[in-house]
Amino acid sequence: MKIANKMTKAVDLVQEALEKVEKYKDYNIFTFVNAENALKKAAIIDAKIKKGEPVGRLAGVPYALKDNFLSPEGETTASAKILTGFTSPVTATSVKKLEDEGAIMIGRTNLDAFAHGSSTENSYFGVTKNAKDKTRVAGGSSGGSAVAVALDIVQFATGTDTGGSIRQPASFNGVFGLKPTYGAISRYGVVAMASSTDCVGFFTREASDLDLLMSITAGRDPKDQTTLPDFYESSEGDKKDFPGQRAGYDRALARDTRDDGLARRVSREVLSYRIGVIKDFKSDILDKKVKELSAKGFEIKEVSLPTLKYALAVYYVTVPAELSSNLSRHDGIRYGFRSKDANTLSDLYEHTRAEGFMPENKRRIMIGNFVLSSGFYDAYFMKAAKARTLIINEYEKAFRDVDFLLTPVSPNPAFKIGEKVNDPLAMYLEDVMSVPANLAGLPALAFPAGETDNGLPVGLQLLGPRRSDAELIKFAEENL
Amino acid sequence: MKKYEITIGIECHVQLATKTKLFSEVDNDARGKSPNSCVSPVDYALPGMLPRLNKAAVEMAVTAGLALNSTINLKSRFDRKHYFYPDLPKGYQITQLYSPIIGPGYVELPSGTKVRIEHAHLEEDAGKLTHFDTYSLVDLNRAGTPLIEIVSMPDIHSAEDARDYCKELWRLMTYSGVCLGDLYNGNMRFDVNISLAEPGAEKLGTRAEIKNLNSFRSVEHAVAYEYERQSKLLDRGEKVKQETRGFSDATGKTTSQRSKEESQDYRYMPEPDLPPLNLPESLVEEKKKSLPLLPSDYRRMFGGLIPENILEILLDYPSLMQKLAEVDKKFATKVANLFSSVLLAEENASLLNDPLPSKDQLEDLISMQENGDLSSTAVKSVFLKFFDKEMHFKSTETIAKELNLIQENDTDTLEKIVEDVVSDPACEKAVADFKSGSEKVLGFLVGQVMKASHGKANPATVNKILREKLK
Repeated sequence: MKIANKMTKAVDLVQEALEKVEKYKDYNIFTFVNAENALKKAAIIDAKIKKGEPVGRLAGVPYALKDNFLSPEGETTASAKILTGFTSPVTATSVKKLEDEGAIMIGRTNLDAFAHGSSTENSYFGVTKNAKDKTRVAGGSSGGSAVAVALDIVQFATGTDTGGSIRQPASFNGVFGLKPTYGAISRYGVVAMASSTDCVGFFTREASDLDLLMSITAGRDPKDQTTLPDFYESSEGDKKDFPGQRAGYDRALARDTRDDGLARRVSREVLSYRIGVIKDFKSDILDKKVKELSAKGFEIKEVSLPTLKYALAVYYVTVPAELSSNLSRHDGIRYGFRSKDANTLSDLYEHTRAEGFMPENKRRIMIGNFVLSSGFYDAYFMKAAKARTLIINEYEKAFRDVDFLLTPVSPNPAFKIGEKVNDPLAMYLEDVMSVPANLAGLPALAFPAGETDNGLPVGLQLLGPRRSDAELIKFAEENL
Repeated sequence: MKKYEITIGIECHVQLATKTKLFSEVDNDARGKSPNSCVSPVDYALPGMLPRLNKAAVEMAVTAGLALNSTINLKSRFDRKHYFYPDLPKGYQITQLYSPIIGPGYVELPSGTKVRIEHAHLEEDAGKLTHFDTYSLVDLNRAGTPLIEIVSMPDIHSAEDARDYCKELWRLMTYSGVCLGDLYNGNMRFDVNISLAEPGAEKLGTRAEIKNLNSFRSVEHAVAYEYERQSKLLDRGEKVKQETRGFSDATGKTTSQRSKEESQDYRYMPEPDLPPLNLPESLVEEKKKSLPLLPSDYRRMFGGLIPENILEILLDYPSLMQKLAEVDKKFATKVANLFSSVLLAEENASLLNDPLPSKDQLEDLISMQENGDLSSTAVKSVFLKFFDKEMHFKSTETIAKELNLIQENDTDTLEKIVEDVVSDPACEKAVADFKSGSEKVLGFLVGQVMKASHGKANPATVNKILREKLK
């Protein structure tokens, strides 16, 4: 990552980024541009460098912030009308950690409203265009962030991944996208979609940058009790043991009690890695990559994960249930948009939510309310929870035979804008290969793997066991 | 014998007296603070805010569970209960539906009735709405206050037992130190489920739930009213509707609020933002050891020393019982008497808010009475002076001396005063009457001696000396 120092001025880095923001305006990447603040911050960093004062590991690095991260800079809207006018008084833990290291937010990026979607077509602010083909979608939900990195506007961008929202747009635009292990990075201050699958992650153009970003942002946050204790061990960092922190009830109590609470180490010989491919998840690009890795000497194994065929169904029960609950707070009473057309309390709720949510938000809220309603809870929500456990167990079993799994990110490359807007089911099917990692809480790294015949980028993803994030990144750095 | 058997189960919400709220770091004690001044972004339900479980609330719940003779569930979980109302910023309440922290237990009433506890769970309180003609105001100071909800089994069968059960719960929660017990301000609130059935019937009748009662008296009255209302319906062959009813202290009546058909679907689901709560066994052991004395402990401690009726009255005042337990057992009876006769007298009600006298002050006070240094009237006077800000830190003896209340016990001095009185011509007739057998004039003579001693003579000693002298 290009940081500010005696040779490179932060103000120049920021200025350059802001110029590109302007240049690529028609891609509809940003919902807010932070020009004034960004230049001020850059000047402060340059002054520090000049005086020889210490600066952070991301000094002057311009980055883009997905618009579902809370910070007082600009409105945090999650690209939803119902949050318009909301400026947050608090800063997300992950944002604070980045800013403490000197990273400079250039702007907030477009997403499908509340991260519901795979194309950014569900954004209140309109669709973001694909970096390689303006007639196609950027992917989603973190489409704006992916394109901002793909077009080299910023050096990295934040994203959130609930069912593929980082990996799919990374794949569509030809950049790296990491969805870390569930609980690796604090969710505090990130507009929630589905609490049990939401992950904060990043887009970069180099795999090694992911390592730096993880070592800065990962770790236990007392404000998020689902974060894992001292989680990330960078391949560059000190190798030290972390004591298990599972006993106390006031400590991090990971959802998964099976692992031992220790960070996995990057210690083994890279060449001994065994790579699994899943029988039902294949593509030409994948075959090519497999041949390449095999030629390099890696052992390739085909594994069968039969319960994966339930993953999409489980996802579209569990996630709507959680998000319908998480979106209950948007009622027009305390912040954001409030319908002008309301004279009674029930009008206020109904009209605010009817006018403030996008159709896809409403669709998912209705599904969620349905599967949680008494009489259907056991048949849907509970059954999905049980199936989810089976999926988790099956992955665990698979990782006894292989170290990583290599799969496509999505069944298709970037599709045409408008192509699937009226077919929600087709849109949901785009997630079939990305949601399993979220359900199982596994880290998954999407990387550029090639192009289609008509020049569209295609990515693949590498999945590892829980807490293998550092290994995944190191492997990608050296071999992908 | 009543025509129908009444069956009552009670749910009681207890606000825990923690420093901060159940899931945020702001002040949990909003007394005297302006509306919405004790509200964090978490309580306000900003997007992206996550609950952070307060350890102190968990510990208090454990203590409360032990006071209820309950098993403590080392593993428990949180769930979300959804409904839309402006007092609930998140649109859901975090509670424990499936795996509560407190398991089965029981409460024993002074009457001997045993009421089983089904379970008790930890949850957050909602905010408060104030309604005006054309608008309503929301105060979120209370939103996120930790509560435990104690759910009884339907083991109560009279209005009196219902009242006594609530009272005993109040005692248990205040004695164990988990609740401030201010009923007026809603520290404890009762939902009472009431049904009637023919005696011996196998199935319970349809129940009505009377919500949000906040005094023992309204619990008693609401139950009595419901008995009348429901028995009239049954007498006429009508059915009792399953519904939620409200009770008005002013009219003494319950009125329908919401029927079962209108009841909401709360769409419960596991709370994904909080990991399961795993308590170490050692915490329960530690809380067992540090459990304060409970009403049953005091009953055992003072049974035989303090009359039962006085003890039950004093038990309504945890601070008095704690003080009683501090003083030496041999003084307990008399200190209890002072408490009940002086401190609980209506004219002294305000003193209950002041700090109580120290153990030493009280013990010295009773000793001085027993030694004859203080008359019973003087004891009362000194006792009341203990509550005086000026006197509070002074010793009993200093106060008695300053008030000039120490009795004259010196026989020589008293004999001299008696001699003066007896030889006073004004008393000549009385002396003669006594000598000729009139007992009642002795009182007059004692009075004269008291007067001559400026009230300081010990009347018992004076009595004795007079009898000697006039033999």
